[in-house]
Order: sequence, then structure tokens, then C-alpha cells
Amino acid sequence: MNAPAPQTARQTDAAPASETLTGAQIVVRLLERQGVTTVSGIPGGAILPFYDALSASEKIRHVLARHEQGAGFIAQGMARASGQPAVCLASSGPGATNLLTAIADAKLDSIPLVAITGQVPRSMIGTDAFQEVDTYGLSIPITKHNFLVNSAEELLEVIPRAFTLAASGRPGPVLVDIPKDVQAQAIEVSQWPAPGGRQARPAPDMAAIEKAAAMINAAERPILYLGGGVVHSGAAEAAVALAEKASLPTTMTLMALGAMPVDHPLSIHMLGMHGARYTNLLLEECDLLIAVGARFDDRATGKVAAFCPKAQIIHIDIDPSELDKIKNAHVGIAGDVGEVLEKLSPLVEAHLRKRWLTHMGDLRSRFRLQRPNLEDPRSHYGLIQAVADCLDDSASIATDVGQHQMWVAQAYPLRRPRQWLTSGGLGTMGFGVPAALGAALAEPERTVVCFTGDGSILMNIQELATIAEAGANLKIVLMNNDALGLVYQQQELFYGKRYFASKFAGQPDFLKIAEGFGIDTLDLDTAAAPRAALRQALQRPGPCLIHAFIDMNEKVYPMVPPGAANTDMIGG
Amino acid sequence: MNAVSKNENAALARPQRTVLELEVNNHAGVMSHVVGLFSRRAYNVEGILCLPVGDGSISRIWLLVLEDRRLEQMVKQVEKLEDVRTVRRHGADHAVFERLEEFFR
Repeated sequence: MNAPAPQTARQTDAAPASETLTGAQIVVRLLERQGVTTVSGIPGGAILPFYDALSASEKIRHVLARHEQGAGFIAQGMARASGQPAVCLASSGPGATNLLTAIADAKLDSIPLVAITGQVPRSMIGTDAFQEVDTYGLSIPITKHNFLVNSAEELLEVIPRAFTLAASGRPGPVLVDIPKDVQAQAIEVSQWPAPGGRQARPAPDMAAIEKAAAMINAAERPILYLGGGVVHSGAAEAAVALAEKASLPTTMTLMALGAMPVDHPLSIHMLGMHGARYTNLLLEECDLLIAVGARFDDRATGKVAAFCPKAQIIHIDIDPSELDKIKNAHVGIAGDVGEVLEKLSPLVEAHLRKRWLTHMGDLRSRFRLQRPNLEDPRSHYGLIQAVADCLDDSASIATDVGQHQMWVAQAYPLRRPRQWLTSGGLGTMGFGVPAALGAALAEPERTVVCFTGDGSILMNIQELATIAEAGANLKIVLMNNDALGLVYQQQELFYGKRYFASKFAGQPDFLKIAEGFGIDTLDLDTAAAPRAALRQALQRPGPCLIHAFIDMNEKVYPMVPPGAANTDMIGG
Repeated sequence: MNAVSKNENAALARPQRTVLELEVNNHAGVMSHVVGLFSRRAYNVEGILCLPVGDGSISRIWLLVLEDRRLEQMVKQVEKLEDVRTVRRHGADHAVFERLEEFFR
């Protein structure tokens, strides 16, 4: 194997020959070996050797974003839709700093991402060289792990490991910073490492699982509380099966929407700050809370001391540091939630729980989510429903961040895991448009709809150019209220109606903007038959921007004031 | 000040001290990962000591911290770091920082 062999001998896999390759070529080859077919990024001086090598790849398609944050969110969209680690690229300095928001967003939502950045040559690191920034240092707190690569040789270990780390355990972003001279350094490569991938976890504690089963069997008013981990683990089906067997009313966090179909009889939908009244009221009464791949986020729990005050807690999570972080669990189980549910379900007794489910139905009918003007496709809930009426469950739904996001979370009939792409933990305005493009690139057979607002869309509007270029089957539904709606709402409710910096005095013409980018448009407010026009726009292949004005005085209700108990809901 | 026993410490209502012993991969950046976990939570590290062990591929880091209710979570976060191999907790009576005292007089 160490003996140099002629290039032609590479044809046979049995006796790999050595080749002379640059660091950049090695990275491209390793990405190909990972099965990566699409990457997104923007070139610049310090990553040009890599781009030069990438140009020779016949397996990898490069999507040229218009801002590195867009590239990061395009990769996130691919990862969220597919569940596989996705790759974004940026040059040193501003290229790298522009990626940071998308990386931090991936960290908080546990999205597997591999970010590759160029760095100034090693000899110039620490000299304040042109476009030099401490990418390694900047990315420490927002990555699962990061690397500053010191030699071309190291790449053979670092790149597969980056994929392993991104995909294993609790998924997350990994950054690989590669100095320009390392990209250019040529070495002999005689053997390729195995591609990185998801590694198995240690088996969960069976005694704890048995205890959990006994608690479920003994409970009178149990609730199943699903988080994003259920989606990441591919455990949605197992979770629904457990709920059905033990008759468990099931609530989902923002990240878990779609894990159980919204119209499943046991679904009590989203909990927390903008959950329906009946959901938060039922949680108040439960005597056992079974948290699966959820992290007791403050938007879900409200005031923690008042969250499920009568309940014992079973907490299942792949990340041991989540157990007892916010709420002490009576039984904490560290493990892959899919694997734990598989072991737990056979120990759980079938149970009808007629009294509890009757009570659930009673609360639901008395305190369900209010959706006024549902029949008007130019109202906020009406528009969301009208879009849903035109699509089936194969469509993917992305959002930006703000009022529109909460309305869609409350009201869109999500029925499939990975159908839903939203920025949960970081709540990043500007997420929607590029992430939706990523989803469309990963699954071109699907229609992707991105609900956005007039505040959010401007934060990454440059990616309309990327969307037009890709001809992605992506429909942007812009709910324009001429305001930063959630800020406006909070100022009205909690700051004595002292509105400040939340209304836009001058607004661009979004329809003309979209036209300028070469994107088809629909003005819902002037359409003679809005429903028919909407259906047509959603069914026409390719990108389209659908614009509707929304009254800025509309609120997201119910609302739990920040820091209050979930039972202290306003409105709805 | 190290002459006080645990009980005396409690009596004085001074925060209890804990010594953490970490075994880590020895490369640039590991220290930054470890102390960053503390600094970003405004959790002060009172003392740090680090030297390579064995062939130099591994280092041992000793941290002296004050106990508070976040310590359990801190230890779990440190354990999660990729370059941290093991974490052990010792009581305040561990000798490592006490013997260093003479260099800080």
C-alpha cells in the first residue's frame, strides 16, 4: 500500500494507489465520499484554492448564495428537510462572521451542519492580515465542536470526524477552518478514511425505563410532551404508537410540530407562550409529564415553578446535560429517544383512560384556538387555511420569525415529521427564505411554502436572486403588516402602548422587488378571485411571491406574558 | 485561609470550594473551550493549572471553582466537550492548589 503505484491502477478498488493531492482536492474528495451532492457558499480569497478544486467535481453542485448567512441557512434547510448533515462554505473574515448567525441557529435547534471556512495562510495568522478574524475563537460557543486545521494530512481525519460529530448524539453544527496554505499543500494520499456518520449510543438504562413504564401505568392524568429530538431521532411513529397504546394526550413544542398529525385525536398541539388555552390548562392538571426529546424551553414552560405543578416528570433525552437542567426529573433517561421508546412501549400497558380523555375533549371544545375570519383568505388565519387547502401533506412549510410564524405554527395542519422548518431556539428573522430554498434543493419533488413577514423577508431578501437562479419550486407567502408585529404587540400589551421603532414608515414595493429579481408574483389584495388565484400560484412550478396586507393590530393570541405562568394567558 | 475545615467553612457561610480534575487532548484551543463554558455563564474560575502528562498528547487541567447550584450542570457541560476525556470532582481539601500556595505569597 505504501509503494507508489501508477495512476491507472486506481481503477481497481482492491489495491488503492497513492495520489498526490492538495488539501483542497482532499476536502472535495472527502465530501464526495460523504455523499454530499449540494453545497452552498460564497467564494473569496482565502477559500479560492478549495473553490478551484470544487470546480472539478462532477458530483457536487455548488449553489452560489448572495450573502454567507443565506448560504448557512440554505444548508440548514437541506439538513432540516433531509436529516443529513449539510455543508456551507465561506471565506475568511467577513465571510466567516456572516455565517455565524446561521451556525448559532443550528446549535440551538440541534441541526447537523458542517461549515467550512477559508483562513489566511498559517504564516499570517495573528498578524491582523487582510480578512483575518479569529474564526475558531468566534465559533467556540456556537458550535458543537470546531477545528483549525494545521496540515493537509489532518484533513483526512478532521473532515470525516466533522460529519460524525454533526450527526451523532444530539446533532449540531461543526466548523472546520482551513488556512489557505493548507488548502494548497500537496501530499501523497494512499488510503481514504471511512466516511463519518451517526454513531451508536450506549444502551439506555433498562432499570430507569422499567421505572418509567411503571409510572405511566400508574398515572391517571399523564401527558406526552414531544420535542424536536423526536423528529431528529426519526421517532415520531414510535411516539404516536406509545401515545395510542397508553391513551396519552400529546403536546408538541414548536420544534416537534408534525411529529403527531395535528388532527390526531390525542394531539393537544403546541404548548406554551402561544399554545391554545386548552393545551396549557390540561398541562396544569397532569399528574405525569413524559418529556421526550424536549428541553423545557422557557417559551414552552412559562414560569418554570408553575409548569405542570402536580406532575411527576419522566425526561428522555439523548443529551445527558438536558436532564435536570431546568426541571428535576423523577426519572431521567439518557439515550436516543427512538431506542428508548422502542424499549419502553412493550412495558407500557394498554389503557383507555376514558375519564382523562373525556376531560381532554371537554377542555378542547370549551377552550380551543380562536381563529376569527377563517373564511376570509385575506385575513391571517384565513390565508394560512387557504394555502393549506391547496396543498397536501407532501408540501414542506417554512417560516420566518414573528407573528406570522406563530400563526402558522398554531393553525397550519402539519401532519408529517420534517414537514416543518422554523427557527425555534434562536428565533432568527431572515431564516425563512434561504432555509426554504435549502428544503427545495434537498427535495425538489416537493412544493415548499415559506410564510414570511415584511420585517423578516428584508433580512435575507438577496436570496431571491439565488431562488430565481435555481428555479426552485418555492412559494413565498408574505404577510405584510408594515410593522415588526411581535414587537408592536408587546409594546401594546406590556409597554403602555408606547409604540417605538416597531412601525415601518417607508416600505418598499415587495411585488416590484420580486419582479426585479425575476420572480413571479401574486397580489392577493387586488386579485378578483383570491382563492382561485392562490391555487393557481401554488400549483404553477417555480418560484412565486404571494403578497397580502395584514392588519397590524391583529395579535397572536393566546399569549402568556414573558415570565408568567402558562395559565396566565391573555386573549384567545 | 486553607486551614479552615469543611465545617468551619460552612459556619463562616463561605461558598464551598471544589476542585475539578480534567483529562483533555493537548492542543491549542482546549483551554479556551473549557474556560469559555464558565465565562459565558459568569461563573468565575478561581484557579487553573494545566500541564501535559505522559507522552504529551494528553494534558491534565485542574480547576478550582466555588460551588453553587450550577455546578452539576457545569460538570455535564464540561463532559460534553469533544476534547475532554474525563472529569473528576474532588473536595476543597485536595492538595493540588494548597501546595501551590507558596508561589502566591
